[in-house]
Amino acid sequence: MKTHNVDSKGFYGEFGGAFIPEMLYPNVEELRNNYLKISSSKSFKNEFNKLLKDYVGRPTPLYFAKRLSEKYNTKIYLKREDLCHTGAHKINNTIGQILLAKKLGKKRIIAETGAGQHGVATATVCALMGIKCIIYMGEVDIKRQAPNVARMKMLGAEVRPATSGSKTLKDATNEAIRDWINNPVNTHYIIGSVVGPHPYPDMVARFQSVIGEETINQLQEIENKSKPDYVIACVGGGSNAAGLFYPFLDNFDVKIICVEAAGKGIDTGESAATSILGKTGIIHGSKTLLMQSNDGQITEPYSISAGLDYPGIGPMHANLFKSKRGEFISITDIDAMKWGLILSQTEGIIPAIETSHAFAVLDKKKFKPNDIIVFNCSGRGDKDLDTYIEYFKL
Amino acid sequence: MNRINETFINKKNILSIYFTAGFPKLQDTMSIIKELDKSGVDMIEIGLPFSDPLADGPTIQESSTIALSNGMNTNILFDQIKDLRSITELPVIIMGYLNPMIQFGIEEFCLKCKECQIDGLIIPDLPVDIYHDQYQSIFKKYNLHNMFLITPQTSEERIRFIDEVSEAFIYMVSSFSTTGAQKIFGDETINYFKRINKMNLKAPLLVGFGISNQETCRVASDNSDGVIIGSAYINCLKSSGIKATKKFIEGLR
Repeated sequence: MKTHNVDSKGFYGEFGGAFIPEMLYPNVEELRNNYLKISSSKSFKNEFNKLLKDYVGRPTPLYFAKRLSEKYNTKIYLKREDLCHTGAHKINNTIGQILLAKKLGKKRIIAETGAGQHGVATATVCALMGIKCIIYMGEVDIKRQAPNVARMKMLGAEVRPATSGSKTLKDATNEAIRDWINNPVNTHYIIGSVVGPHPYPDMVARFQSVIGEETINQLQEIENKSKPDYVIACVGGGSNAAGLFYPFLDNFDVKIICVEAAGKGIDTGESAATSILGKTGIIHGSKTLLMQSNDGQITEPYSISAGLDYPGIGPMHANLFKSKRGEFISITDIDAMKWGLILSQTEGIIPAIETSHAFAVLDKKKFKPNDIIVFNCSGRGDKDLDTYIEYFKL
Repeated sequence: MNRINETFINKKNILSIYFTAGFPKLQDTMSIIKELDKSGVDMIEIGLPFSDPLADGPTIQESSTIALSNGMNTNILFDQIKDLRSITELPVIIMGYLNPMIQFGIEEFCLKCKECQIDGLIIPDLPVDIYHDQYQSIFKKYNLHNMFLITPQTSEERIRFIDEVSEAFIYMVSSFSTTGAQKIFGDETINYFKRINKMNLKAPLLVGFGISNQETCRVASDNSDGVIIGSAYINCLKSSGIKATKKFIEGLR
């Protein structure tokens, strides 16, 4: 049977693989040889699950959004990743990777961050484990995301500005990769999304898959059904989406919807809708869809949400798009911001702007009254308060 | 057999110089090649600039950013070097990242290289296994040699495989690092050079990354078939311009 999961060579269909300079080969090879062995061991699983429960606060609720469901005449559930420690799903992955790094004997952690959420989640687990932590962040993002920079510093991490190229997430990722090239033996690189060379997309998806696994159990309990009709999530790099979709990838009764950021509009030149605007190429060691010039230079995407403005998407998602297993819908800044307000005032939940994009699908698509729809409520809106204040003149 | 192989047969202590096409000025490509040829280098590497050069350090990243903002792209480069063989008979290699080549079309790219009489390619983010499975037959068709990198961390088994796939030379990365000039090599680096030499590989070895002066040049050449210099030359172009090339090269010999 055709699978939408990763194959033995690290590809999802034609996408994925490890297109890396030779200098990175030993690091990536060490991970590839060990990640499944370590993460499937009993001691790892025990430690991982215990931390997810006691430290992150899992399982996160699967909440039936009653008022929203009535308004749209369908059954809407929210998987409350916004209630995780540090405010988003990102920490599921950083807990997994820090445990892995410890088992591999690594003494130093590096990570990239755009909006700062993954940086905070990484700094948090490094503080938890007492491991040295260096976060690369674009100089432009450091200015835009001052509170998260302060959080990382308070947690004991060193924040290093990426000053090359466009000085944003992709450049922070380049700098982190360069650091890893220069420190191949003692350092583990915690990538924050389902991007980068194999095995990262698969490894991060597996650590995030707890989102989908819990959803199955919770639906069973609430609805006496083991699967929803739809799973919907926003996609920047795609880790929250991968986590929710993971157990359903090859279950065709469950429809998958990926929501991308259209920014100011698909045709405005200020957008992050990679599936529509991107072409196949190589970014950060992975063959995937990415936004680039005709000449193959990687371009800077735009979205009001800092977590969605990555120029590529994970290879799993590129394959979901290409094979049509997933439906891709893009949502503008305006619609996303509107939904930030709607969710706040209908359900009393202020979502991250990334997350708001996903909910805007309710205005784009008609659902049946008996459809069970699970949204990944991937993050809370505290970090976006400045943007909301400025936008709505609150 | 092409110009690269002949150079290794006929010359010792090879000096290969890298520069970024489109830096310092968009139209400098042919002038730099002429100047390098006159200055007595043995091989020339033209860098096709890329927005996200992962394997490179700050110097080459900066020259790439400037080259791109000067308007350099793949079409312009091929147009600039269409009469390459009227100015030099040295082996010429294009060094670039895979993404711009994929957008140009791999086969189309190789065809253009052949038309311009380019001898080989260095593509740092094209791993040897994928080259071997998907690209080697295309490269061969256009008589292009592809060069691979090895590092102090590369396993013996993998070095043997790279040696087997290599048609011209192996690019021996001097240390754990991205590209960039260093002043001296430590014992660890010299032991690594010696370890690789003892393997008696069929492909000749050129040392690159971190070579900047007579001292690093000499140590590297003593332990290999020659050296590749990039960042130090870019710094020379940046501070003193193309006319300083001859003096820079003489300072290395």
